[in-house]
Amino acid sequence: MLDASDRALVAATQTGLPLLADPYGALAATLGRSREEVMQAFARLLAAGAIRRIGIIPNHYAVGITANGMSVWDVADEAVAELGAKIGALAFVSHCYRRPRHLPAWRYNLFAMVHGRSREEVAEKVEEIAILAGEHARDHRILYSKRILKKTGLRLGA
Amino acid sequence: MKALTPAERAVINGLQGGFPISARPFAEAGAALGLAEDEVIATIRHLVETGTVSRFGPLWNPEEMGGAVCLAAMAVPAERFATVADQVNAHAEIAHNYERDHVLNMWFVASSVNPERIDGVFAEIEAETGLKVWPMPKEEEFFVGFRVEV
Repeated sequence: MLDASDRALVAATQTGLPLLADPYGALAATLGRSREEVMQAFARLLAAGAIRRIGIIPNHYAVGITANGMSVWDVADEAVAELGAKIGALAFVSHCYRRPRHLPAWRYNLFAMVHGRSREEVAEKVEEIAILAGEHARDHRILYSKRILKKTGLRLGA
Repeated sequence: MKALTPAERAVINGLQGGFPISARPFAEAGAALGLAEDEVIATIRHLVETGTVSRFGPLWNPEEMGGAVCLAAMAVPAERFATVADQVNAHAEIAHNYERDHVLNMWFVASSVNPERIDGVFAEIEAETGLKVWPMPKEEEFFVGFRVEV
C-alpha cells in the first residue's frame, strides 16, 4: 500500500514526467520535497512493483500495431500454470492471465493478448501459440476488437 | 503513418522501460542511445505531441496501490448495442470498453481505488440493462508488458 506522499507522486505523474533535464528535481519542487527523496521513492516503488516501468508508453496504433486479438484458450486446469508461463514469455504477447470459466457460456480459462500489424499477422502468431500449447489446448478462439467504445486511463491513487 | 527519424526510432525502441532514476536521466539515457540530452528531450516531446507515444513516465500498477481492476463481458443484443454501450460507459469506473466478435460481444474493464466498487458497478450495470455481466477477474498473472519494435 502507498502512503500519502506516494499518492501525491501518483497524482503528479499520471500524465507523465516533466520533460526537463532534471525531471525528478522539477517534480520534487512541485511536491515540496527534495530530489533525493523523490528518487528514493521511485526506486522503492519500482522495486515493489507499484511502478511497472519508467519510460515511453507507445501508442500502438500510431506505430502501426493496429490489430489486436484476444486469444482465449480452454486448457486443462492442471496444465494452465506451465502453459501460461510459456505463452507469457512470447515476445508478441502483451498480457497473459488465467481467468475463470463460466460454463456453459464461456469455457476459456487462459487469455493471451496478441498484437500485430494486421489480423493475418495476429492469426499467424496465435497459430504459434497453438503449436506451443499442443494437446493441452482443447479449444481456442481469437476475439478481435471491432471497435473501441471507451478508452480512458485507469483512475488511480489520490 | 509518418516515417520515423533515426532518433525517434532509437527512443521508441530503447526507452520503453529502464529510464534512469538520477539527477540527469535524459543525459544518461541519451549516452546509451547515442543521443545528446537535449535531443532525447526534444524527440520525446515531439513523439508525445504527435501522439506516437501516449505518455512518458512511470507506468503505475493499480493493484499495487490498493485499487482493483476487473475485466467483464456481456452478450448484448445487436439492436440495443449502442444504448447499452452508453449505459456502461456512463460509469466513471469503466476505463476501457471494446466491441469484440463473439456472442459475448462487449468487453470492458472496471477500475477503482475502492475494490468493493467493482462488484457494485457490475450490479448497477446489470440492473440498468437487464443483462448478465460475466466477471472475468484475473486469477493468475503470467505476464504483462509488451515491447514495440519500430
